[in-house]
Amino acid sequence: MLLLFFGLVSFGLEEGFIDDYYKLNLFLICINIILATSLNIINGMTGQFSIGHAGFMAIGAYGSAIMTMKLGYPFPVGILVGALAAAIVGVLVGMPTLRLKGDYLAIATLGFGEIIRVIILNIEYVGGAAGLNGISQYTSWEWIFFLTVATVLIIKNFMTSTHGRACIAIRENEIAAETMGIDITRYKVIAFTMGAFFAGIAGSLHAHYFYTIQPTTFGFMKSFDILVFVVLGGLGSLTGSVISAIGLTILSAFLQEYAELRMVIYSLLLVIVMLVRPQGLMGTAEFSFAGMRRLYERLTGKGRGTGNDTAVG
Amino acid sequence: MEVFIQQLINGLSLGSIYALIALGYTMVYGIIRLINFAHGDVYMVGAYVGFYATTQGWGFLPSLVISMVVCAILGVVIERLAYKPLRGAPKIAVLITAIGVSFFLENGGVLAVGAKIRTFPNVFQEVQYHFFNGSVVITNRQIVIMVVTVLLMLLLQYIVHYTKTGKAMRAVSHDTQAAMLMGINVDNTISATFAIGSSLAAAAGVLVGIYYNAINPYMGIMPGLKAFVAAVVGGIGVIPGAFVGGLSLGVIEALVSGYGQSLYRDAVAFALLIIILIVKPSGLFGSNVREKV
Repeated sequence: MLLLFFGLVSFGLEEGFIDDYYKLNLFLICINIILATSLNIINGMTGQFSIGHAGFMAIGAYGSAIMTMKLGYPFPVGILVGALAAAIVGVLVGMPTLRLKGDYLAIATLGFGEIIRVIILNIEYVGGAAGLNGISQYTSWEWIFFLTVATVLIIKNFMTSTHGRACIAIRENEIAAETMGIDITRYKVIAFTMGAFFAGIAGSLHAHYFYTIQPTTFGFMKSFDILVFVVLGGLGSLTGSVISAIGLTILSAFLQEYAELRMVIYSLLLVIVMLVRPQGLMGTAEFSFAGMRRLYERLTGKGRGTGNDTAVG
Repeated sequence: MEVFIQQLINGLSLGSIYALIALGYTMVYGIIRLINFAHGDVYMVGAYVGFYATTQGWGFLPSLVISMVVCAILGVVIERLAYKPLRGAPKIAVLITAIGVSFFLENGGVLAVGAKIRTFPNVFQEVQYHFFNGSVVITNRQIVIMVVTVLLMLLLQYIVHYTKTGKAMRAVSHDTQAAMLMGINVDNTISATFAIGSSLAAAAGVLVGIYYNAINPYMGIMPGLKAFVAAVVGGIGVIPGAFVGGLSLGVIEALVSGYGQSLYRDAVAFALLIIILIVKPSGLFGSNVREKV
């Protein structure tokens, strides 16, 4: 099904059915999916409240741009270096801060995100406040598609692996998880590093699609945007992250002309969802074909409805 | 030496503003354990109310009072509509609601008054006082800011320690359940906390308008975050801590800018936050709270 979709879009791009506007939004959707799912490892699966994700994205963007633009390496090296740089910073940030809990962690990660932005702002080598211009546009549909699919699949596999389960245990109850012999700090750092790594990938894709990057792009607002994807979709639900990344990107494309209105609607949506459904649209439920069949049976009256709030899962 | 004293003065007046905002953070956090991200934007609203009041020809004190009253109401409305229904909900949900409210106020502000920077009316004719052969300057605005902050701070201490509401606030913050059993109306107490905190933020907004002469709808973000830093540095939930934290943050920032590193000013504030969180998470004036299983 994914291949079919990929083929259709490639065909559309080649034949010119999909014009630049749609292409831009399609690419944005993919980048946002990577960002949302990567933050979901930290916030959703492990329950660590991080709100400095744009910082990692910035490191990926700048790291890869320096590699391809200043040092002349090919694009894949750029992506890899960008992602690894983000991951390394992820470890460095994660080690000390993950001792903090809840609100304090949130505010510390926010602080780190801002520090990263201010530091980049002050490095002349990468253009300071003016940013880096003239990055070659290497990000193609093939690259972005396969990296998005790969990210989602890797995270999905991680989630169902022993390590992923350990992370979920930490989310559910940290003290109980520790009592059961889970090395909490280690898993928190692993989750944090993975999240940073994929954010770095998203950053490099972003940099090599838009030709230009500026420190202001990766401010608190960006972190917040990513957070909205995760929370709206449901903390801990990959499907939710993907759906809300797609939905909200399309919504903001429609509201492009009314930038302030877009943010007002965004924030109202967020508050309302939190009031009505604090667990997000999908809760922790995941999409699966078995779940779809159950839903179908229930809707057609073949199965017996149980009255649960969601059948998807 | 002159540079140092000058920056100390600038820092203390900037720090007074941080301290006023930080008080609201620390009170709200002390009572319901919520980082009220919308607090910085209440401060912005306060600045705008002050702006409209002064352009209507009101004097400084009436404008300050009007702004404080409007924001006190705003604070209570926010609490009732957005936070109260979420009492008992997961913490992350409440925190995100707070961020949502914050963005709503900012962008609603842009829709309502436009994104452009407004020039605050000149309430006081600026008078400069020179010391040390004119190398150190203190303006009457800076003096007003510091005096108003100290007076409000004393008023707050009085409210918290000697009035019924203040006692209820301290009781709820100490142990909500027990306070409820003792017949304290917890909902009203929380609303009172929001009202007081928001009115202090509004005062800070008006003062900053007078100090910098310029306001815009996004002005709440950075000072809001930094005031939170100040609250954490002083020990969150501790009122004198917020005051000291605010002043010290202001002074540190002014010194960093004064010695030519103004671009790193924001980074220094957050670095300070992270160092404090790692070394002494309970803040300078806080006591450690053991986690209950």
